[in-house]
Amino acid sequence: MIETQNITKRLGGRTVVDDVSFLVEPGTITGFLGPNGAGKTTTLRMLTGLSAPDSGRALILGGPYRELPNPGRRVGVLLDASAQHDGRRGHEALMVSAQLMGVDQSRIDGLLDLVGLDRSAARKRVRAYSLGMRQRLGIAHALLGDPEVLILDEPANGLDPPGMRWMRELLRDFAETGGTVLLSSHLLHEVEALADRLVIIDHGRVVAQGTRAELLAGSGTLVRADDEAALRAALDAANLTARPSEGAGFLVDAEPTEVGRAALAGGVVLNHLGPSDGSGLEQLFFDLTSKEAA
Amino acid sequence: MTASTYAVEAPSAVHQERRPSLARLARVELRKMVDTRAGFWVQLGVLVLTVTFAIVAAIIGSTEDHRLQGIFVAAVWPAYALLPVVGILLVTSEWSQRTTLITFALVPRRSRVIVAKLAAGVLFASASVVVALGIAALVTAVAAPGIPGTWSLSGIVFGQLLLIVVVAMVMGLAFGAAILSSAPAIVLSFVLPLGWSALGSIRALEGLARWLDSSKSFAPLADHVANPTEWARVGTTLALWLLVPAAIGLWRIARSEVG
Repeated sequence: MIETQNITKRLGGRTVVDDVSFLVEPGTITGFLGPNGAGKTTTLRMLTGLSAPDSGRALILGGPYRELPNPGRRVGVLLDASAQHDGRRGHEALMVSAQLMGVDQSRIDGLLDLVGLDRSAARKRVRAYSLGMRQRLGIAHALLGDPEVLILDEPANGLDPPGMRWMRELLRDFAETGGTVLLSSHLLHEVEALADRLVIIDHGRVVAQGTRAELLAGSGTLVRADDEAALRAALDAANLTARPSEGAGFLVDAEPTEVGRAALAGGVVLNHLGPSDGSGLEQLFFDLTSKEAA
Repeated sequence: MTASTYAVEAPSAVHQERRPSLARLARVELRKMVDTRAGFWVQLGVLVLTVTFAIVAAIIGSTEDHRLQGIFVAAVWPAYALLPVVGILLVTSEWSQRTTLITFALVPRRSRVIVAKLAAGVLFASASVVVALGIAALVTAVAAPGIPGTWSLSGIVFGQLLLIVVVAMVMGLAFGAAILSSAPAIVLSFVLPLGWSALGSIRALEGLARWLDSSKSFAPLADHVANPTEWARVGTTLALWLLVPAAIGLWRIARSEVG
């Protein structure tokens, strides 16, 4: 269980996190989405006791993170995969934390297998790691204490497509057995297939949150025709609000049936008609997060 | 092996986790001092220099000087000179390598990390002095000057040497904490005392330097049983070079946003 209650943080005279509240239930994966600089990292740092909110409360497992006696055994944290000592070997980095948390060293080899770092990679110094390897080491580090909560900041950064598929399965398994996952990303496609819930943040404020279905509801219909001008005219004639979609066609604020009826009335041949789905969520993300910038 | 091997138990499972003890945190800090490439080479460098200085002390000069105490004073010098760097790195490497994100996430009470680093530093410095004594004894045995008092070593002088090496280490820690960046802290830890000594050589400031310059005020400790005035000079020097940076450092570490 992860909960923030109206947390606010000012840094250097700027309100970086502004009255942010959300709840992550056990057994679920929540995607924390927003453009770079939106306040995601600062929020995660307040959750993990690295930064104190100016007001509001950040709670993990019912209390402040700092009150956990041995936090690594209950909360797995990966805030920045690059934040490892370059001159330390990968295996040794895990040994240090295992000793600190009092975790049996025998877990380490299994975890290295799990994240796909082989023996020779584990023997290398972190300096020689690619960003993808650092992410894998970071995930192994987060799982080291056998935690029940995972907090991951941009964990997909630097992972190749197989790596992302692997991480998706890993987090899915973790949540299915009752774990709580909060992961941030600035790329919608990284989390939309994975997260049960989304919290979208921009300029320090939560601009939308809910399940994927909730956020998609009413997000409209994607329609395409060979003759786009005729389609536009037909939509206008039916008084439907439409905007050009990325690629081709239009996103219409209406149910597919209405759009089909408008096309029929205008005598336009459609080559695509359906709920806007992912692209709609993308549009939503784009709309919500770039309102002020535009 | 599948992911579910590492799955959690039921979320309601109550972990009665105990806080890691300070002794455990100190052991981890000792480990972190030697398990990186830089840490390993610095320690090896101190060891090699210790042996070299002991051997040189047993060769140069007259036979009169080839006693345990003289060789030990020489052998302990590299530790005295280089452990401040080890102390600085013990603090600053966490900031420059950004491992504070890991350390403070696992140990949220920053004061406990500082105490652990201090304990690790004191233990390490003490062990270095003991190792230097062992090396000095070996070298003395080989040199075998065969003069009276070969093996005599004043317990108080040993204690005083132990103290200045430990203090040098702690000064490094304090310096690192005040500056929180490896290269500037190391450079300043050498340049500031040198510049200070240069200032102290000005006749008008000479009196002041005896009270505030460690190269002067610590010298009696390596030589003879110090008298109260000499101890007072050690105290005033420490107030300037240890307590001031330590206070700045503690304030910065407690307040700083890490990452």
